[in-house]
Amino acid sequence: MAIEQDEIEKIAELARIRIAPDQIGQLTRRITDILGMVDQLQAVDTQGVEPMANPLDAVQRLRADEVTEENRREAYQAIAPAVENGLYLVPRVVE
Amino acid sequence: MHDKSVAQLVAGLRDKQFSSVELSRCFLDRIARLDSAYNSFITVDESAALAGAAAADQRIAAGDAATLTGIPIAHKDIFCTSGMRTSCGSRMLDNFVPPYNATLIEHFNRDGAVILGKTNMDEFAMGSSNESSYYGPVCNPWDTALVPGGSSGGSAAAVAAMLAPAATGTDTGGSIRQPAALCGITGIKPTYGRVSRLGMVAFASSLDQAGPMARSAEDCALLLNTMAGHDPLDSTSSELPTEDYCAHLNDSLQGLRIGLPREYFGEGLDAQTASCIDSALRELEAQGATLVEVSLPHSQLSIPAYYVIAPAEASTNLSRFDGVRYGHRCANPVDLHDLYTRTREEGFGNEVKRRILVGTYALSAGYYDAYYKKAQQVRRLIKQDFIDCFEQVDVIAGPTTPGPAFALGAKSDDPLAMYLEDIYTLAVNLAGLPGMSVPAGLVGGKPVGLQLIGRHFGEARLLNVAHRFQQATDWHLRRPATGEVA
Repeated sequence: MAIEQDEIEKIAELARIRIAPDQIGQLTRRITDILGMVDQLQAVDTQGVEPMANPLDAVQRLRADEVTEENRREAYQAIAPAVENGLYLVPRVVE
Repeated sequence: MHDKSVAQLVAGLRDKQFSSVELSRCFLDRIARLDSAYNSFITVDESAALAGAAAADQRIAAGDAATLTGIPIAHKDIFCTSGMRTSCGSRMLDNFVPPYNATLIEHFNRDGAVILGKTNMDEFAMGSSNESSYYGPVCNPWDTALVPGGSSGGSAAAVAAMLAPAATGTDTGGSIRQPAALCGITGIKPTYGRVSRLGMVAFASSLDQAGPMARSAEDCALLLNTMAGHDPLDSTSSELPTEDYCAHLNDSLQGLRIGLPREYFGEGLDAQTASCIDSALRELEAQGATLVEVSLPHSQLSIPAYYVIAPAEASTNLSRFDGVRYGHRCANPVDLHDLYTRTREEGFGNEVKRRILVGTYALSAGYYDAYYKKAQQVRRLIKQDFIDCFEQVDVIAGPTTPGPAFALGAKSDDPLAMYLEDIYTLAVNLAGLPGMSVPAGLVGGKPVGLQLIGRHFGEARLLNVAHRFQQATDWHLRRPATGEVA
């Protein structure tokens, strides 16, 4: 199916990826191609077929509710772009 | 030393023919001397490698060696290595130095293997040619005008050029098997859940699986013994006990039933590649195997199903790259929205962006049932095809790829043509089965791979078939000319 440019812009916004204006046309064509190929799926009769999320049909394992992690905040924050007093810094959100 | 198998190197270290420091130095020198032609490594830390080798030598001297103690291994740059940059082939993680090791790395460390370096790859493992890497393409050692395949192209090229005796890779849709085929080496993607995914940068969590890439099935078995096993920290890791993957390598193939899916030998398969595969199958037949024609009727649907499921999972997994906790952050963001959108614009390359957008679309309100749920239903049909086949046969065989390596740039601007490269490998990931690629011939000087597909957790059987094949043939011993004086 063809997808309109404004729809790509909407998806890019949902995915939080800025797309340069000069690239949106090309990207729209590429994604239209991919979705066109994917549309083969629509012709398949899948009535009554259980969707498969895990190839072994495994279910999520549960573990005992015990503390197993140690606090490694300093190691994790050492690789962050901006931290202060143990907090991750982002541009001001609340005025 | 560089042309020896892992099995031979293990024996050489044990018999004190050479030390791990000498061995590691040999490969580090080769990388320094030769890799500018291939670009197969992103990061090499010589002093860390030599320190690891010295520790291994002490362990060997103390009589406390495990099988792989002192063996240098190249790791795909998707596995987190504590204190060593793990880029995943992306600008997004160009500055990322993990504070922990992937479980797979822990397993190699436990056994005293040496980390030789981190290999180049398609960005976030999305690609079949290793051209989407932020660090530039990898060149195929058989002909540097050709792609090595992807996404584990650096690992495949490094092993083929004898810059490493063995390497690790990951395979979400063919990313171990396809580059192994195109570079003339042996690689196995184990059953989904056999090797821990903890610390392996996630692409599509229900498909991703790590495996070894080496020069022979025997070497792959040696590595898999170290890699496989349950990991309580990976909730999708299998609890089924592992086995000694070397124990059955020499078993006879007498009575083995090999299924040949007619869908894997039809239109789209290069005629000379088909002829190599046919000769390989005759060899297996000569060893007592029976060839049986089978059908995987939903094969053609593996590409559309995969290109919904993998991007959908990728769009979710890659949402973690937000410029806040680690990795790339854009300069001077004006607000939080600008921080997110510009960081991700700058950090991700084109193929990654396309897949995130396709996945976001497939999961968005109003489209979920038509795309994601539908693809998951087709995925079950694809798996059922294999289960039906394995009622009749023990192993499935066919080509790994439709043809040998193609020229750099030939498909890089055409995603759909690139996706067809994985037509024979994708279904194996969708079904969670083990699959491997074994060198099976040369077409115009370019390697061709035979793909073997097994039952769930049937890795040992695949390795056995591959090993017996390699005992009778020498395709796996063929090496490209690496532009050096012997």
